Amino acid sequence: MRLKFVAVLLVLLPAIGLAASVPKMKMDHVEIALNNKTSLQNGAKLFVNYCLSCHSAQYMRYNRMAVDLGIPEDVVKKNMIFTDTKIGDLMETTMNVKDATTWFGVAPPDLSLIGRLRDPEWLYNYLRSFYLDESSPSGWNNVVFENVAMPHALYELQGQRRAVFKTVTDADGQTVERLDHFELIKPGKMTLEEYDDAMKDLTNFLVYLGEPAKMVRTKYGIWVIVFLLVFGALAFALKKEYWRDVH
Amino acid sequence: MTDDHVDSGRRRLLTVATTTVGLAGAVGLAIPFAGSLSPSEKAKAAGAPVQVDISKVEPGQQITVEWRGKPVWIIRRSQEMLDQLPDLNAVLADPESEADQQPAYAQNAHRSIKEELLILVGICTHLGCSPGYQPDIGPASFDENWKGGFLCVCHGSKFDMAGRVYSGVPAPTNLVVPPHQYLSDTVILVGEDGGLV
Amino acid sequence: MSFIDWLDERFPATKVWKEHFSEYYAPKNFNFWYFFGSLALVVLILQIVTGILLAMNYKPDAELAFASVEYIMRDVWGGWFVRYMHSTGASMFFVVIYLHMFRGLLYGSYRNPRELIWIFGMVLYLAMMATAFFGYLLPWGQMSFWGAQVIVNLFETLPFIGGALSEWIRGDYVISDITLNRFYAFHYLIPFILVGLVFLHIVSLHKVGSNNPDGIEIKKGPKGNKWSKDAPADSIPFHPYYTVKDLMGLVVFLIVFFTIVFFMPEMGGYFLEQPNFEPANPLKTPDHIAPVWYFTPYYAILRAVPSFAGTQVWGVLAMGASIAMFFILPWLDRSPVKSVRYKGPIFKFCLTIFAISFVVLGYLGTQPPTPGLTLLAQVFTIIYFAFFLLMPIYSKMDKTKPVPERLTK
Repeated sequence: MRLKFVAVLLVLLPAIGLAASVPKMKMDHVEIALNNKTSLQNGAKLFVNYCLSCHSAQYMRYNRMAVDLGIPEDVVKKNMIFTDTKIGDLMETTMNVKDATTWFGVAPPDLSLIGRLRDPEWLYNYLRSFYLDESSPSGWNNVVFENVAMPHALYELQGQRRAVFKTVTDADGQTVERLDHFELIKPGKMTLEEYDDAMKDLTNFLVYLGEPAKMVRTKYGIWVIVFLLVFGALAFALKKEYWRDVH
Repeated sequence: MTDDHVDSGRRRLLTVATTTVGLAGAVGLAIPFAGSLSPSEKAKAAGAPVQVDISKVEPGQQITVEWRGKPVWIIRRSQEMLDQLPDLNAVLADPESEADQQPAYAQNAHRSIKEELLILVGICTHLGCSPGYQPDIGPASFDENWKGGFLCVCHGSKFDMAGRVYSGVPAPTNLVVPPHQYLSDTVILVGEDGGLV
Repeated sequence: MSFIDWLDERFPATKVWKEHFSEYYAPKNFNFWYFFGSLALVVLILQIVTGILLAMNYKPDAELAFASVEYIMRDVWGGWFVRYMHSTGASMFFVVIYLHMFRGLLYGSYRNPRELIWIFGMVLYLAMMATAFFGYLLPWGQMSFWGAQVIVNLFETLPFIGGALSEWIRGDYVISDITLNRFYAFHYLIPFILVGLVFLHIVSLHKVGSNNPDGIEIKKGPKGNKWSKDAPADSIPFHPYYTVKDLMGLVVFLIVFFTIVFFMPEMGGYFLEQPNFEPANPLKTPDHIAPVWYFTPYYAILRAVPSFAGTQVWGVLAMGASIAMFFILPWLDRSPVKSVRYKGPIFKFCLTIFAISFVVLGYLGTQPPTPGLTLLAQVFTIIYFAFFLLMPIYSKMDKTKPVPERLTK
């Protein structure tokens, strides 16, 4: 009887847990493909051109990225390094922290590990959810990250949009504000579909940037497991052989 | 007793096979462990080849750059300095640079690619002090017949203007010529010779 | 004269080998639960080896620590592998030890004459927890910082000395560079004490002999088997029989271990927590902080106890008591039999409920507290303590089965 009660409790536990803060919009899924070099290269290009001027990736070296992503070193030197930084150097930002703090209120965080700190889905949706907001100091706001200090660095690609919210009643009977739709005010250089694809690539790159070893570890892992299966078969046979004495 | 049924051949085979595979696994595990002690990307970046502009180096002048944490000397030898080199052969330990202390392209009478430009790792081959530059030809306190070169003050080793070691001093071999190449007439790259031999 | 003879005249090599391996006679019916002792030893060795390698690149400095971990992950050749082995090893050590301890509960391995083995084991467990706690601060991420902050603040609740004590532990008014530096020293030191304790644990085990799933003292039974006429009839030499069997268990364990290392090192946020990928920031607490999973049962007990009489010390005391329970366990069990195989339905029921409560408390400790969850944690805290405190009563009144003379399968 009591066992049954415990079992029921166990099943119910996750439901009793505190609901995490719900984003104001439906989060779109993003597929991470670290084996897609073209996507990673495109993401790297976007990252270097649009993110690296304010954010650093201070644990990442240019030459590591060149090797992992299959970009020739002289291409990296020519198209991705804009200062006298060397190819073996870390991806530091040119902007100094003090200026940044004056401009944005906070120093832009280092992005080396953002792909591990945040879920890929969050990054993908965040990058696509900036909207014009006169009430914010930067003139921009974000549906996924409310009152973010960062302005829309990619607006020349996505264009300028306004967000239209609606009020709905959620499952608990509370009225909450949800995103209804975005309104395109001024188109950017890309269509929205092109922009989404570009952000997929950028998210893909950020995930790579978070853990470059991820590209190789699963490859090694398979061999290690295969080795252990062989070793295990031998160890099992050896044990069986010796234990014939015992039975 | 079940001992009669023991197939000792099979038992030995399995023991040997399991031990061998197990040891192979242990070695496999030791590779990344030992490898983690080899120079890291940071060390490699810090020890990356160094570009040096040599256009401003006057004849007889020595400049020092750092490569892999070691001093590398770049000296533009004057004609007078070069003229001394063949005369010294008798008092040197290895005048023909037979010991492997330089890339093949620097195994010549002047131990350099371009005759006048001497590139050396400024570390004494005895115990690692950095010798001093003594370019002036003429009697010196440490050598009556000094023809110019380098003196290591730690233990008195002497080298000529091609980094060749004198005989009868503690240092056993000539100073090392690092791998290097000319990117242009005025720029050299120390630490990387693009596979030149 | 062979080298072995030469050595034996100067060092008891053959004697030790015989006493502890080739002529150490262990019960022949060890089952699945008996793999975890040797596995724990292997994990300890792996942790020490990988830990020393990490120490060669890690910097115990608040300014540099976080970056040095990323340096290991990216710039050091094979560094990510060594680090994931160490982080996975920390959690797997606790997995193995919890199963090892549960084996003791199942078969009464804590009971006369093995009380001291159990006590040494519990001291080992405490030393392990201390090592894990000190080590968790070292990456200097947000979870590291705030986890340590919360745990050290527990000491603050102690009456009179609390404030001074927690400051003394930190060496500062907050967790700081000074704290990090000393935690690093302890994290490096305690594993070697662990090795010493393992030695004591094994010496005392080999003095009285291993227990077995039947909970029968084989030394009191008939003597003589095909390996020795003096050894217990139901025993077999540890080497080669248990060395080859443990090897087999080890390979299975390594398959699990390396699957985690190579394919899921974060283990869904349980082994490496997401907020720890952000450097420690003393001015900003993450939305939800929880200790690593192996501490959460005790953390849930801590939170389950309400503060009253103006102090929170009761939760801390309850947490301490929950671990202290294990120490007195050998004297709580009054059952005439050792193994769960011959114990009655009441004990089986209590043990099951206890195991469930431990797991549920562990889960609750990872969750943000809500009134519903806190109530649940209180229920399971009571079950947890009831298992121990009522044991003298229920273990005596339980209806046991007759214990056979000889070992069963």
